[in-house]
Amino acid sequence: MRFLFKTDYEDDIKLFPHSGYLVSYGILLALLLIAPFVLSSYVMSQLVFVCIYATVGVGLLILTGFTGQASLGHAAFLAIGAYTAAYLQKYNVPFPVYFLAAGALTGLIGALVGFPALRLTGIYLVIATISFALIVEEILARWESVTHGNEGMRVKTLSLLGVAVPRDSPTFYFLCLSVLVLTIVGTLNLLRSPTGRAFVAIRDSETAARSMGVNVALYKVKSFAISAAITGFAGVLFAHKLSFISPEMFTLQLSIEFIIVILIGGSFSLHGAVLGAIFIVMIDPFLTYLKDDMPGMIAGIAATFGAGTATAGNIQSKVAAFASLNGLKGAIYGIIIVMFVLFEPLGLYGRWLKIKLFFQLFPLYKRATFKRQKIYVKSERNR
Amino acid sequence: MLDFVQQLVSGVALGCVYGLIALGFVLVYKATEVVNFAQGDLMMLGGFFAFTFIGMMGLNYWIGFAGAVAAMALFGMLAERVVVRPILGYPQFSIIMATIGLGYFLRSIAGMIWGTDDLKIETPFSQGVLRIGSLVLAYDKLSVIAATMILCTLLYLFFNKTILGTAMRASSENMLAAYYMGIPVKRVVSIVWAISAAVATCAGVLLAPITFIHSNVGLVLGLKAFPAAVLGGFGSIPGAVVGGVLIGVIESMAGFYLPEGWKDVAPYLVLLAVLLLKPEGLFGHHVRKKV
Repeated sequence: MRFLFKTDYEDDIKLFPHSGYLVSYGILLALLLIAPFVLSSYVMSQLVFVCIYATVGVGLLILTGFTGQASLGHAAFLAIGAYTAAYLQKYNVPFPVYFLAAGALTGLIGALVGFPALRLTGIYLVIATISFALIVEEILARWESVTHGNEGMRVKTLSLLGVAVPRDSPTFYFLCLSVLVLTIVGTLNLLRSPTGRAFVAIRDSETAARSMGVNVALYKVKSFAISAAITGFAGVLFAHKLSFISPEMFTLQLSIEFIIVILIGGSFSLHGAVLGAIFIVMIDPFLTYLKDDMPGMIAGIAATFGAGTATAGNIQSKVAAFASLNGLKGAIYGIIIVMFVLFEPLGLYGRWLKIKLFFQLFPLYKRATFKRQKIYVKSERNR
Repeated sequence: MLDFVQQLVSGVALGCVYGLIALGFVLVYKATEVVNFAQGDLMMLGGFFAFTFIGMMGLNYWIGFAGAVAAMALFGMLAERVVVRPILGYPQFSIIMATIGLGYFLRSIAGMIWGTDDLKIETPFSQGVLRIGSLVLAYDKLSVIAATMILCTLLYLFFNKTILGTAMRASSENMLAAYYMGIPVKRVVSIVWAISAAVATCAGVLLAPITFIHSNVGLVLGLKAFPAAVLGGFGSIPGAVVGGVLIGVIESMAGFYLPEGWKDVAPYLVLLAVLLLKPEGLFGHHVRKKV
C-alpha cells in the first residue's frame, strides 16, 4: 500500500496525486487513441455513444452528484443542444461556432431553469424538472417553423475546417473523445476550485454552506448552467451521430437513462459517469447477445449434465421462447436499477474501490468499512 | 355557456381520476416520506388483477373488485418489504430510483403476462348517461367522482382520527422517536403500502371502462397524477383531490379553448407557476428549519 506524504496544501488538490495515476491514465488514453485502427466499426460506433453519454453523465454529476440537485429533465437540455446545432447548420454556420452557440444557449436556459429551482428541494425539484422536460418536448413538436415538428430534422454531415467528418469516421470519434476528455479535465479543475467546493458544501448542508458565506442561490444557478451547457455540447455530437433528430427521441425515458448512468456508475466521482455510460450503452448489445446465444448455451450445459438430445432441444426452445418474450428488457432494466440501489449504492466505481482496497489491505480487509449506517427517517418537511 | 359547463364537468371527472391516483402517492408520502414513482404501475397491475378475476374467471363484478383490492394490498406489502424497507431513510433520490426500477419491472411483467392489447372490464357503470337539463354525464365518470370523494373522506378521517393514522404521521415525522414511543414502525409502513396499493387498485378498476387497461396506462396517468399531488402540497389528502381536479379542469379547458398542443402542456405550466409562487404547494405548510 502506498502512503502519500503531503507537505504542502497544494498536494491536496493535485490532479494526479502520484505517478501511478499518470501511468494508468496515460495507458488508457493511448489505448483509446489506437482503438479506431484496431476495433470494428460497430464497436467504434458504440464507443462514440459511450463518449456522448459520459459527457452528459459528467454534466449531470456536477448538478446531481456534487451540488445535490436532482434533475429528471436533462434530455431537454440535450434536445436544445441538438436542435440548436441542426437549426444553425441550415444557415451554413461553421461547426465551432454552432457548437459553442449550442452550449451557450443551453447554459442560458439551464440558468433560467435554475432560478425557479432555487426555492425547490427534493421531490418538488424532481417534478419541476420533469415538467420542464415535458414542456420542451411539446415545444419541439409544435414549433414547426424552426424544428419541423414531429417530422424531425435531418442533420448534415459535420464539416470541420472545410473537411467533411462522417459520423462513423475515426475523426468523429476523436472529436467526441476530446470533448469528453476536455469536459472531464475542466470539471476536475472546477471541482477543486472554490466554486466546486461551494457546490459540495451546498450538497452536504445548505444551511451550513450559507452560514459559511456561500451564496447558495448564485452557486445553484451556476451549477445548473454549467451542467446544462455540458449537456448541450453533448447534444450537438448526439445530433451529428444520429444524423436525424425528432422530438420523440428526447423523452422522459432518456432523462431516466442519464440518471441511471450516474446511479450505476457511482454518483460521487467522475469515474462513475464513464463507467455508467459504458454500462448503459453496452447493455443493449449484451442483452441481444444473450437472447441469441443463451438458449444454445443452456441446452449445451443440460446436455453435458446427462440430459438426452430431446430434452436438451426442448429446453433450448423453451429458453429461446422466454428470451424472446416482449418486454423482457424492461424487466431486466428494472431489476438492475433496484439491485444497484439496494446492494451497490456507490455504483460500479464504488465496487472497484472496494476491490482495490481488498487487495491493498489484503488479509485485513473488513466488510464493515463500507457498511451503511442504519438511518432512521426524519421528516424532510421541516428541513 | 353550456359548453363551458360541460367542459367543467368533464374536467372535474378527469381530475378526480388524477386525484384518485394522487391519493396513493400522498398516502405513502405522508406516512414514510417516500415518493413512489411506481404508484401508477400499481394501479395498472390492480386493473389487470381485476380483469383476471372478472373478465377471465367470470366472477361477479363486486367480488372480483374486492378480490383484486385484497390481492393488491398483499402485493403492496410485498413490494414494500423487498424494495423499500432496506433503503428507508436513505436519501430520497435512491428511493425514487428504486421505485422507478420497480415501475419498469411491473410494466414489462404485466406486458408479458397479459399481452399488449387494450383490455376492458364489463362494469355496472359501463353504459348509460345521466342527463341534467341538457348536461350529459356518463355513469362511469360519475362512479369515479363518487369513489374519489368517498375514499378521500375515509382516508382523511383515518389519518386524523384513528390511532393507527396518528402512528403513521408520527413515524413519518421522526422514525426513531416513533420507535421509542412503542409504535411498531415496520408494521405501520407495511400497512400504509397495503392501503396505498388498495387505493391504486380502486383507481385502476374504476378507470377500466374509461381508459382501458394496458401495460403503459400507469405511466401515462401517473405522470399526470404526479403534478396533481404536488399542486396540492404532497402531504395533504384533500390537497391531492383538489390538485387533481385543478389539473383535470385546466387540461379540459385548455383542450377546448386554446389551440392544439396546449392541452398537454397547460397542467405543467400551471404547476411550474404554482411552484414558483408557493413552493410547498397549495395545501402544504412550510416550516422553517431550526438551526
